[in-house]
Amino acid sequence: MSKVDPRIANLDRGAALPRKNGELVFKAPWEGRAFGMVVVLNEKGAYAWDEFRARLVEEIAEGSPEYYESWLSAFESLLIDHGVVSVDELGRRASEYASLERDPVF
Amino acid sequence: MTKHDHHEHGDHSHHPEAPSDIEARTLALESLLIEKGLLTSEDVDRIISAYEHDIGPMIGARVVAHAWVDLDYRARLLNDGPAAIRELGYDYPASTGLAVLESTKEVHHMVVCTLCSCYPWAVLGLPPTWYKSAPYRSRAVVEPRKVLEEFGVALPADVSVNVWDSSSDLRYMVLPERPEGTEGWTEEQLAAIVSRDCMIGVARPQVPAEANR
Repeated sequence: MSKVDPRIANLDRGAALPRKNGELVFKAPWEGRAFGMVVVLNEKGAYAWDEFRARLVEEIAEGSPEYYESWLSAFESLLIDHGVVSVDELGRRASEYASLERDPVF
Repeated sequence: MTKHDHHEHGDHSHHPEAPSDIEARTLALESLLIEKGLLTSEDVDRIISAYEHDIGPMIGARVVAHAWVDLDYRARLLNDGPAAIRELGYDYPASTGLAVLESTKEVHHMVVCTLCSCYPWAVLGLPPTWYKSAPYRSRAVVEPRKVLEEFGVALPADVSVNVWDSSSDLRYMVLPERPEGTEGWTEEQLAAIVSRDCMIGVARPQVPAEANR
């Protein structure tokens, strides 16, 4: 059983996770995947939580009104800056999925 | 798959629908991170299910943290819980009352619902399974100190224990005592140490070992 990290559950200052009746709401499966990946890599120590949070707050301030789009953009930029993935491989892989060259079920 | 979302495929083969751009970006990230050995799909599943049902004791925690730093607010919270909660911008249903109980060095409050499972879900989310269990419901009244010990709360003999029985008309939330070593903390830092169990009164806020945050 995973423990909920209160720093994540209690995100605030405009970065609060979308909720309904207190429960997290994912409007589409990709939102849940994006959420989960960020939390897993944080648990594994790939970056400090505050690093992600600062980028999320920035993205929300200047980016899309859709919460998890900002979330995903913050995650991408963090991984790129840490050298975990490159802009090229990310772009190539995304277009393989978008064009169905690659099976989206794995 | 249930009957209701069954699709008519007719003679067509089952082609997957092309993912949207944002879905493709998410798939790209997850597949690359898996290939690099940084995570597994099961890791992600596990996190989603843990957080999806964490069910916000967050609101209660923020209310407590605010009451710790603002004594006037604390007085208003103890006087009229629902009004004070609305004051912070949260919804609180008009149909149920909420009494906030202040635990101190002399008195420890703990909450139960002996008849069913009345619970201030508007501030604490859904109740934990043990709250609804028959042993907790009966033992909290008969031997509260023993129950508290089992939750890891050892109270000195001179601290009195008050057990409050919730009803559908009046529910309770505990305002725990602010622990020492939290001077100068922000409300966000404070809220992070106020767990659901603290607000039911079966735990006390703990200052983490690496307290110089």
